[in-house]
Amino acid sequence: MTDITRETEAALAAIAAAPNLAALEALRLETLGKKGWVSLALKTLGTMRPEERQQAAPAIQSARAAIAEAIEVRKAALEAAELEARLARETIDLTLPAPVQPRGSVHPVSQVMDELAEIFADLGFAVASGPEIEDDWHNFTALNMDETHPARAMHDTFYFPDRTPEGREVLLRTHTSPVQIRAMQEHGAPLRIIAPGRVYRSDSDATHTPMFHQIEGLVIDKDIHLGHLKWTLETFLKAFFEREDIVLRLRPSYFPFTEPSVEIDVGYAMEGGRRIVGGSGDEPGHAWMEVLGSGMVNRRVIAAAGLDPDEWQGFAFGTGVDRLAQLKYGMNDLRAFFDGDPRWLAHYGFSPFDQPTLSAGVGARA
Amino acid sequence: MKFSLAWLKDYLETDASLAEICDALNAIGLEVEGVEDPAEKLAGFRIAHVLTAARHPDADKLQVLSVDTGEGEPLQVVCGAPNARAGMKGVLGLPGAVVPASGMVLKKSAIRGVESNGMMCSARELGLGDDHAGIIELPDDAPVGMEFAAYHGADPVIEVAVTPNRPDCMGVYGIARDLAAKGLGRLKPITIPAFTPTGPCPVEIRTDDAEGCPAFYGRVITGVRNGPSPDWLQARLKSAGQRPISLLVDLTNYLMLGFGRPAHVYDLAKLKGAVVARRARDGEQVLALNEKTYTLDAGMTVIADDHQVHDIAGIMGGEDSGVADETSDVLLEIAYFDPARIAATGRKLGLSTDARTRFERGVDPAFLDEGLDLLTGLIVELAGGQPSEAVRAGAPPSVPKVVAFDPGLTARLGGVEVAEAEQRRILESLGFAVSADWQVSCPLRRHDIEGPADLVEEVVRIHGLDKVASVALPRPEGVARPTASEEQRRDRRLRRAAAASGLNEAVTWSFLPEWAAAHFAPEGEPLWVLANPISEDMKAMRPSLLPGLLLAAKRNADRGAAASRLFEIGRRYFRSGNGLSDERPTLGIVLAGEKTPRGWQTGKAQGFDAYDAKALALQLLEAAGAPVANLMVMGPDPLGPGPQFHPGQSATLRLGPKTVLARFGMLHPATLKAFDAEGPIAAVELFLDAIPARKSAGFARPGFAPPALQAVRRDFAFLVPEALAAGDLVRALAGADKAAITAVRVFDVFQGPGVPEGRKSLALEVTFQPGEKSFTEAELKALSDKVVAAAARLGAELR
Repeated sequence: MTDITRETEAALAAIAAAPNLAALEALRLETLGKKGWVSLALKTLGTMRPEERQQAAPAIQSARAAIAEAIEVRKAALEAAELEARLARETIDLTLPAPVQPRGSVHPVSQVMDELAEIFADLGFAVASGPEIEDDWHNFTALNMDETHPARAMHDTFYFPDRTPEGREVLLRTHTSPVQIRAMQEHGAPLRIIAPGRVYRSDSDATHTPMFHQIEGLVIDKDIHLGHLKWTLETFLKAFFEREDIVLRLRPSYFPFTEPSVEIDVGYAMEGGRRIVGGSGDEPGHAWMEVLGSGMVNRRVIAAAGLDPDEWQGFAFGTGVDRLAQLKYGMNDLRAFFDGDPRWLAHYGFSPFDQPTLSAGVGARA
Repeated sequence: MKFSLAWLKDYLETDASLAEICDALNAIGLEVEGVEDPAEKLAGFRIAHVLTAARHPDADKLQVLSVDTGEGEPLQVVCGAPNARAGMKGVLGLPGAVVPASGMVLKKSAIRGVESNGMMCSARELGLGDDHAGIIELPDDAPVGMEFAAYHGADPVIEVAVTPNRPDCMGVYGIARDLAAKGLGRLKPITIPAFTPTGPCPVEIRTDDAEGCPAFYGRVITGVRNGPSPDWLQARLKSAGQRPISLLVDLTNYLMLGFGRPAHVYDLAKLKGAVVARRARDGEQVLALNEKTYTLDAGMTVIADDHQVHDIAGIMGGEDSGVADETSDVLLEIAYFDPARIAATGRKLGLSTDARTRFERGVDPAFLDEGLDLLTGLIVELAGGQPSEAVRAGAPPSVPKVVAFDPGLTARLGGVEVAEAEQRRILESLGFAVSADWQVSCPLRRHDIEGPADLVEEVVRIHGLDKVASVALPRPEGVARPTASEEQRRDRRLRRAAAASGLNEAVTWSFLPEWAAAHFAPEGEPLWVLANPISEDMKAMRPSLLPGLLLAAKRNADRGAAASRLFEIGRRYFRSGNGLSDERPTLGIVLAGEKTPRGWQTGKAQGFDAYDAKALALQLLEAAGAPVANLMVMGPDPLGPGPQFHPGQSATLRLGPKTVLARFGMLHPATLKAFDAEGPIAAVELFLDAIPARKSAGFARPGFAPPALQAVRRDFAFLVPEALAAGDLVRALAGADKAAITAVRVFDVFQGPGVPEGRKSLALEVTFQPGEKSFTEAELKALSDKVVAAAARLGAELR
């Protein structure tokens, strides 16, 4: 065995055993560095005669190649080990809690109003609005409730001490019906609107709050009759509750602003202490509950709004938005609607991404 | 309105069952609110014969009875009643029956070791009275084994809601008429007990207020004997929820509840001189039957004699001339009062009575004579006495309304085809007179009929609303068109953006306690306060959304909530210049409590700060479509958000000096104190009405043209006066070269070692954007010089 072979083997063994990158670098300098023995051996080749060189060169060249490769291999291994060790040191406890993004919510009243707007948009109804502080002409007189009308007294109206320039009483609207008048005055006929919003009655008990939400619907056109009213409300309730088995019962009633007037009951069953809408109220285990007031718009109302009642007729309906929300989503305490308790809002509120659409179904399932 | 089935059947000849009658009532618009059927309650109780009675072996007060129930072997029953004895007949509750008074379910049991197979019942236990001294004793002829309900003649009571347009149905007879029209039976004619009037009425009767009291009929009856009413009358009144008082009073109530006709009976001995319907004098007083004194005014009609007022016309009689047990001579009053006058008087006096309800809705003007005769006949029959001739002052309305009716309207408005003959039958059965050419004269009692639409309602409700078929509303072809207004779209975006930012949407009252509203009222803006608030807490219309949210946050904190992140989209209410309502759409936010709870990463719990409020304000204004890039942060006062906010940690966001789009920041400690809330609390209010409308645009966006060359960023650190607003420096730098400088961003603010007293260090990153070609070193130098020069104009020096 030549010296070179011996020294090469020793170097390769040292490289393979190099404990770290610094030791490896020292070995590199010792062998392949400018003054390393491999480099020096290579330099000797220049002083040799050609025959000698031919004989000695392959051994030196291959020693250099072997050592260089061994250093690379060892370096990669040492670097990998070092990275592994560093990563091991960087281990964290991922069972620790991550920062929590607060989850916001949309109020059930807003959500249901959006649902209603979506359903009625498909039937061609636009959304109209009006002031909540009204005058008694819009809230009562134009709706066929003159000053002495007994129905006025039944409205538990909140009044302000003010009078309008025309001398009208100023009050908080008791229903969304004044929007009918304003919409007819503003847009004329034909007309299809819904008008959701806040309304006020001086009434407070377990099922009444002095402020609540109503939605009004109005269709003014030619040849509109009670059959259209029935279909519209059936269609609306089916879409709202997303059930085909909705059964309505129409009962004659009285509202000064409609003639004929019809109260709408819907069949329901009690399941687990909750009213579940669907089926006929006459079926066993079922009953009827009142959900909407409606009727054919009184001629006087059409005339008060400036339209010709001989030319135009139509229907109107109204219902409680809070109540629809309760029936659909199961909350039972009306007062909690207006309390602002984040626990209730998180429980009954809706994700901002539950924007009602017809294609996805307007309702947001639990 | 409540009445018993027996009462209804006094006027309606019918075989219909209770259920059929209730269905029909609902169908014709007399909504059944409840049915009380005592027969249901008495199920399982039957007539039993006590065969033997022996002492209980282990209890002195108990007896062991052997009872025949009419079938099978006699039953052994243990009974504690002192009157239980062999040979008597009584009522036995069998196992399974529910005791009406207590709700207890009877079962077979052992009482002190002796088996008992039921319970002999007292009147109180069956809910039939107060007697609990012993068990019910039935006459000897009571048939053993019969259901007690059937024997007792338990009479179901129906409660209906009568709508205000139907005063004619505020008497049982009117309801019977409607049911007969529906085909449920035959309406019986009214039977008036015969009497012979003798001599003229000895009392002068007059109406001096023809407007308020167009007609005043009366009659005197002498020698009556007042006292308790007969059982049939008491039973009828009780079914209607009326307490029997005395025969004379009960008979007027019977006329009112049975026929919708209020009347009054005066004790003649207590009247002096002529009895006159007249206007009250201002300040005149009357002690009414409810033992309260009412002060009257000249707008009210009264019945008075020479000395005093005896009756608030149509509402309540006077105590001084009311009948008593010893009354022997009476004056009957049947009058017709102007409904509007009665309504106004009742409202003013705050007095609700059954008479008022009927008069203000309109009684039957054609039922004065008949009503008077009916009342007279009943009094004479039951209380004896000698009636005088009737006297009549004035006359009630007597001209019927005639409506030209087109039977085709029923289909056009009501949506249902009803044969003309059937329409005619329905109207006639309700008392309308229909001529051959469809001129329909309305009965005077139907004040609600104004025109053809009302007749359609009559026809349709009797024919059956259930026969109206659904007809699809015509709709335009194709996909439904968008209907939401710009404002609605804005609110929807805002609402969902706010919720997506982690806020919970609340809905709070539009009215506030006065102090809370006053605290947030804009300077010089008087509160809008309700004249008749329901409570002190709901009195003044809110001038801001913040107080309501703050009150909610306070409630939440009191309940132990760590944080309230609440928002509301709603209106603020102001008076406009002309006194009308000015309602401004607004978004309010209150951030209270912990923004981040204490945590292993973040340490102590952190509250919200004014920058949280600012971030939300800007983000939501952007969602609302406001030009956020042009907004200026302005404050403190007088350009600040108001004294409700911390003067040094709040600001407004404005488009120019006048247009305030938002206010935000920390609330003032005085605000927190006023609301008893623990701070710090941050708040935001967006004034949505101030956001300028956006020009409607098409769908296509402008082309995408990113700059061709990469931007150059340079950092600058300045020493500036402590009071200099960073925003001013940013604006100055951005304006130093509007073409080249595309962004300026503060990345450090420092005060402390190395920074002189009264100064602070602001470090900013300025972005220079080259256009066609890259900047040369010289150009960059020139730009930097401009930046430094612009800063120097604000007193800033480069560090």
